[in-house]
Amino acid sequence: MELRDLYQDVILDHSKHPRNFGTLGPPAFEARGNNPLCGDRVTVYLTLDGDRVADVRFEAKGCAISVASASMMTELIKGRPLEEVRALFSRFHAAVTAKNAPDAANLEALDGLAALIGVRDFPTRVKCATLAWHAMSSALDGSGTTVKTE
Amino acid sequence: MNALMAEHGAYDVARIRGDFPILGERVYGKPLTYLDNGASAQKPRAVIDAIRNAYETEYANVHRGVHYLSQRATDAMESARQKVRDFLNAREDHEIIFVRGATEGINLVAASWGRANLKPGDEILLTTMEHHSNIVPWQMIRDQTGAVIKVAPIDDDGALVMEELARLIGPRTRMVAVTHVSNALGTVVPIADIIRRAHAVGAKVLIDGCQAVPHIPVDVQALDCDFYVFSGHKLYGPSGIGVLYGKAALLEAMPPYQGGGEMIETVTFQKTTYAGLPFKFEAGTPHIVGAVGLGAAIEYLGSLGLPRIAAHEHELLAYATERLAALNAIRIVGRAPEKAAILSFTLDGVHPHDIGTILDREGIAVRTGHHCAQPVMDRFDLPATVRASFGLYNTREEVDRLVAGLARVQEIFRS
Repeated sequence: MELRDLYQDVILDHSKHPRNFGTLGPPAFEARGNNPLCGDRVTVYLTLDGDRVADVRFEAKGCAISVASASMMTELIKGRPLEEVRALFSRFHAAVTAKNAPDAANLEALDGLAALIGVRDFPTRVKCATLAWHAMSSALDGSGTTVKTE
Repeated sequence: MNALMAEHGAYDVARIRGDFPILGERVYGKPLTYLDNGASAQKPRAVIDAIRNAYETEYANVHRGVHYLSQRATDAMESARQKVRDFLNAREDHEIIFVRGATEGINLVAASWGRANLKPGDEILLTTMEHHSNIVPWQMIRDQTGAVIKVAPIDDDGALVMEELARLIGPRTRMVAVTHVSNALGTVVPIADIIRRAHAVGAKVLIDGCQAVPHIPVDVQALDCDFYVFSGHKLYGPSGIGVLYGKAALLEAMPPYQGGGEMIETVTFQKTTYAGLPFKFEAGTPHIVGAVGLGAAIEYLGSLGLPRIAAHEHELLAYATERLAALNAIRIVGRAPEKAAILSFTLDGVHPHDIGTILDREGIAVRTGHHCAQPVMDRFDLPATVRASFGLYNTREEVDRLVAGLARVQEIFRS
């Protein structure tokens, strides 16, 4: 595994120019994610339209992987039914934590997230890639609590 | 320097590296460049052999068996205690308490001394650059006793603001707990001056010596400090063993920290009387072989000569500082006039975590993050830094590799 597989252009682009960066006021759901080990912090804001994500924004102070993952996530989940969002999160989480590399069908099912799969070979960085997703999931559950990945 | 060289011969870093088996390892096919000594130092063969020898030839429980091996193990452990005493120039062997590490040493003093001595409104003085392990134990005892924590600030270079510290030491100050060398910034703190000021108002002083003892000769009697703690693993010894030095009169007056075997004289269900020092504070079977390994590490450092090690590291730090300062977009965090072996920095536009991953693939081990010193990061408004920390075996070539690694980081992130 080469560094270039981790720091692909699409990831560097999202980290330097994060999409949907910012906040949403009430009545948006909001949840924070902290990675106390490296100091990554992300806050995800989202509003619902029935059972769809109407809008989503995030703020983050963190490494390229955590910012890029958050940015890519917001692009993917905006306008999507919650059921699909939850399924995508669980596919993504399974793929980056799995022992074996995902096969072609699995990669396909990950939509645009395949570029992030490189973190599998950098175990200390997996939590960076999943931080925003955990926060988003916690926002959806309405618990609004701070998520920690450690 | 010349007198030092005459006594020990030239500082032959290539030969010294041969004493550390792990330095021959390769990481991702690259030679290991170990610049994370501030987190934990690697172990010389002398320490590894002492540990193996202890387990293979002189291991049993200590201080209770009448049999041969128990006596041998007891002698080995007590001989390690004498080495630590000499290392710190303590007055008495029994002023050396073996603990798990500096963290346990600070917790012991905070809990035992703190409970017996702190009253509501009494002040504990810390500094902004303390490691979390010299903050949290004091907060815990503050919450139990109603004492108050004051914090002496640092300036933009990461040096302690002595006028502020002097102003904060007052009639309510009972304890000044301060690091000797900042783990996040490398700042050497003028502890002799602080101890004098604290004693002038009757306060006690605890020095966190974790980052200092591998680099700076310490004389607790000359310093007149009340408590001094350090961890074995940062001193090229094993993890799980550390030292609390305390003045005998203070330790004697303090209640035990933990109860159990070894720390008692007699036990009935009505009343227990405690053992004398140091055993009163060493409940349970101690890390016997850890102590032996720590003794071996101290002996090894003595054979090289701490002042020579310090001179070597100082030269490396100056070289690394100069090379990094010449790079574009590098910001060195911590530029105090007096520093020891630690170089913390950030690189514009790249998070330290990403730098750490890229350097790692070049075989370079550095620490990235808040270094268990979040108040320092907040002071400089940074989430994290990269920290290169040097040890007695590091070389100028390794500094060059670090600089080349940082160029690689910039190359990847420029695209």
